[in-house]
Amino acid sequence: MHPAFSVLIFTVASGAGYGLLALLIMGHLMGMTQLQDNTVVLTAGSLSLALITGGLLTSTLHLANPKNAWRAFSRFKTSWLSREAVFAILVYPFALTYLLSSWASEELNLLTQLAGILTLILSMMTLFCTSMIYASLKTIRQWNTSLTPLNYLVLGLMSGSLLLVTVQGLVQGSAAQSLQSLALLLVVLGASVKLIYLFWIGKPAGSTINTATGFTQAKVRLLDAGHTADTFLTNEFGYEAGADKLLRLRAAMLVLAFVVPFILMTLTSTVMMLIAALLALAGLLVERWLFFAEARHVVRLFHGDQAT
Amino acid sequence: MKLGLVVDLDTCVGCHGCATACKQWNTSGTIGPLSDENPYGRDPNGAWLNRIRTYEVDDSPNSKTVNMPLSCMHCEDAACVTVCPTGASYKREEDGIVLVDQDKCMGCNLCSWACPYGARELDPDQGTMKKCTLCVDRIYDEKLPEQERKPACVLTCPTKSRLFGDFDDPDSEVSVAVRERSGKALMPELGYNPTNKYLPPRNKAVVQTYEVDKSVIGTLKSWANRVIAR
Ligand code: SF4
Ligand code: SF4
Repeated sequence: MHPAFSVLIFTVASGAGYGLLALLIMGHLMGMTQLQDNTVVLTAGSLSLALITGGLLTSTLHLANPKNAWRAFSRFKTSWLSREAVFAILVYPFALTYLLSSWASEELNLLTQLAGILTLILSMMTLFCTSMIYASLKTIRQWNTSLTPLNYLVLGLMSGSLLLVTVQGLVQGSAAQSLQSLALLLVVLGASVKLIYLFWIGKPAGSTINTATGFTQAKVRLLDAGHTADTFLTNEFGYEAGADKLLRLRAAMLVLAFVVPFILMTLTSTVMMLIAALLALAGLLVERWLFFAEARHVVRLFHGDQAT
Repeated sequence: MKLGLVVDLDTCVGCHGCATACKQWNTSGTIGPLSDENPYGRDPNGAWLNRIRTYEVDDSPNSKTVNMPLSCMHCEDAACVTVCPTGASYKREEDGIVLVDQDKCMGCNLCSWACPYGARELDPDQGTMKKCTLCVDRIYDEKLPEQERKPACVLTCPTKSRLFGDFDDPDSEVSVAVRERSGKALMPELGYNPTNKYLPPRNKAVVQTYEVDKSVIGTLKSWANRVIAR
């Protein structure tokens, strides 16, 4: 699949935003002492909303006819993209209520708690819906797996936890031990989920050029694609990156998103944590790029690929 | 009703006539225009609702060249419709035709991702999704003579390799052809239940070949034959 830059930015930024928001609320409502601080809650909350909003706005860039984007709320019953849109908008009133009410009173009150819990649920639902847009496509076996939502949720929470400990550390001068451990744990979890995914997509499976053309008892080769220039289909689905480029990027992704952030996170310096969070976000951009570049749509079979 | 097409892979010669007739009809039809970007330049790019590819099946000397036109299969379980967030993509209850409402589409491409058959293409100029309409704007047109109420591709095919009809009617031309010639669905394992079917090439009698006599006498004989013939 052709990696559209706007979609990469959108999923990474909004994933981190929803992860940050969810973890912040969880820690805050469960009474974590460092998170009972107004400044931390408001800074982290605003950062998460900025990431989410920036992401959502970027995502509209890949629409070819954005004047109809408002209609995307209309098929909640069947379309994961529609569900994502609805949940993404629903998050705002609750998140704003939660932040305003935390700002108004330092003490946890019922309004903060209710709005917080709803924001938490809706954030995770939005993230889940985003991942299901991909996971529900039977045409792309590298996406059509429960590992896809797992990846999106874990990596969103992971980048969110790195941002949370960074914000808390920067605001209060020293990072909370528990948030630091949480971030480390989520980095390890994220790396494991990603490694399992990479291993899993390596096994050939699914449709072949034989089932695509209906000739299942002999070899099939493409003689002529019927066009001399690129088409919408070859541009969208024909994306091909060299095997060594993919390998190099996989290595870069693992180092940037997981290994280096893990090492930097073990240090107590908040500046190092900031660097860790930024590196992880860059690493996740590479991760999302690979998620697209390594996905092989079955239409490729009609263009001569033997398998996906 | 379950309207759809049958394509005869035995007789299709790969002339691209159906694709051209389709483009011609539909560019001024209900979902038109079908725009082209840079049509006379080096990299022309445009929306087509039907594309023909050519394959070689099996190895020589048993190989066969097969031309395969692909357009929307008007699937019974059309995921392109379920994934659409705007409701622009829909499947008609009455005849099973899958259509895109050009006034609602936001050009997100998701339906083209959901389609296994490459049947949907984004119009580079309009920014909306285009796909086969089964010529819905001519098959019901009572101003046309009865025999012309068929999709443009079916009417134009010089080898009559494209059949159009109702698959719900067991006696329709398409149902009979599928029954008698073991018509197949493509990529059935994905579970989209495509309505369109493909008739596999018939088994033809083996073409006789003969051995060339390479002995000295044989060479001499064939040389003598050629000289005498002159
Ligand atoms: S062939 Fe593709 S566009 Fe047509 S109904 Fe099936 S999934 Fe939808
Ligand atoms: S491109 Fe148009 S028809 Fe296709 S899913 Fe998006 S809004 Fe629906």
